[in-house]
Amino acid sequence: MSEQIAFVDYLKLGDHPHLVANECTSCGARYFDRRNACASCFATDFKQVDVATEGTVTSFTIVAFAAPGVPTPFVSAIVDCQGTSVRGNLTNVAADPEHVTLGMAVRLTTVAIGTDTEGTEAISFAFEPV
Amino acid sequence: MASDFIWILGINMTKFGKHADKDVVDLASQAAMAALADGGVTMADMGVLAAGNLMGGGGIAQQIQKQIGQTGIPAYNVSNACATGATALRVAIMSVKSGECDMGLAVGVEKLSGVGLLGAKERKETTTWAPSGRYGAVAGTDGRIGTDSMPGVFAQVGMEYAHKYGGVDFDTFAKISEKNHAHSTLNPLAAYQKRFTLDEIKNDMMISYPNTRPMCSANCDGAAAAVVVSDAKLKTLSLEQQRRAVKVSASILTSDPWQEACQVLPDVNTLTRRAAEQAYAQAGVGPEDLDLVELHDCFATAELVHYDNLMLCPPGEAGSFFDSGATWRDGKTPVNVSGGLQSKGHPIAATGIANIWEVCHHLRGEAGDRQIEGAKVGLAHVIGLGSACGIHILEKSAI
Repeated sequence: MSEQIAFVDYLKLGDHPHLVANECTSCGARYFDRRNACASCFATDFKQVDVATEGTVTSFTIVAFAAPGVPTPFVSAIVDCQGTSVRGNLTNVAADPEHVTLGMAVRLTTVAIGTDTEGTEAISFAFEPV
Repeated sequence: MASDFIWILGINMTKFGKHADKDVVDLASQAAMAALADGGVTMADMGVLAAGNLMGGGGIAQQIQKQIGQTGIPAYNVSNACATGATALRVAIMSVKSGECDMGLAVGVEKLSGVGLLGAKERKETTTWAPSGRYGAVAGTDGRIGTDSMPGVFAQVGMEYAHKYGGVDFDTFAKISEKNHAHSTLNPLAAYQKRFTLDEIKNDMMISYPNTRPMCSANCDGAAAAVVVSDAKLKTLSLEQQRRAVKVSASILTSDPWQEACQVLPDVNTLTRRAAEQAYAQAGVGPEDLDLVELHDCFATAELVHYDNLMLCPPGEAGSFFDSGATWRDGKTPVNVSGGLQSKGHPIAATGIANIWEVCHHLRGEAGDRQIEGAKVGLAHVIGLGSACGIHILEKSAI
């Protein structure tokens, strides 16, 4: 059975894949990366919280021309997950403006990225229409 | 008694385009020497030099000095992404304003022809997944977790506005591009001076919906430079120098304050709005007083949101404001009569001074075929991701 690794450390795999964030215990600001201090209130204490897996698309673009090695087209979107804005690709939807719309309801899903030479499979996340 | 106003005494921009025979210091020197000549002064008169070149390895200020005059003055190497030019000007202005010197030179230069897609990095083959960086990413995220490319990021900026306020669609953005390309036909210094029909723009190569190729800033080579002078020093110069000097009524720089979504999509709105509020307050003018605006249309989608951020229109109404024709050169608030970054071009570090040159050109009554008649007050705006926003409000000399 091959090993799995999350593409980014703020994605938690398992039975219910979901994103987590470092939440400032003083003001509630959330961060996906590690922070030296809160950019909003300067406090230095954080706790890990779960991010909602359902949300709405508040912005998107359909990338047709990307850097060498990056397959196109793909949809990049900003998803409001019940108060936490998340950046991700949209998947399981045609990459054209007829099918991708502002305000559409989406939910988090996982996407297989590939297996490396050690047999480890990288799993990332994306959002699919509800 | 002299006021503590600062004036632009001399200013110049090179033609933007492909300059295969000139290196980056050639271009910078050309603009700097022309700006000095335009002001009727020499390097001997400069008390400070601030220079920026984003793509270079550093030290552009000293490289320029070696080619135009090594006088031992304080030299600041400046970097603020696409706001580098305005930042260099700000440094020269602050030095003069502080009284440390009475004249300064600011230069911005870039060789960007043929550089290709900005922001996005080539995806290389990985052999083993190894978490690295603050997100513990096992490989590059571009194309897997959203886009890093500039056309993509700024497409999302425009679409976010469309979602929030409505009244804006692909056509709106494409028409903004149509305007700027049309404007550029009157600008001999623009990298491109070609008119496009709306259909040609919409059907051109799609880069990142809704931004097609003509809707993206043009990568090219170019430089711009400005000489600033204190009010007290200006009053000792010739009447001609005083007549052509342009008043810097406001010189503002902001960075982006934290807001919830800024880690996933740069917030280019709040810092621009704040810079605009500060600039209007410092200058004692309002948006209705502006005779022309040169704003940062790195992409057609960006220009739209800045109509709102610069308070050229009521909040949420950028779409109908554009549709009214207000921002064409014959409208009530001409925007980017130079052709903007989309057609004039965007040699990154030069842009923040080049758009000030355009405004000055009109305020001095020297803009020929593209002169905005009776121009007295103008605003120049740039924004660099990270982020930094530079706004200058300029006024015609009263003499």
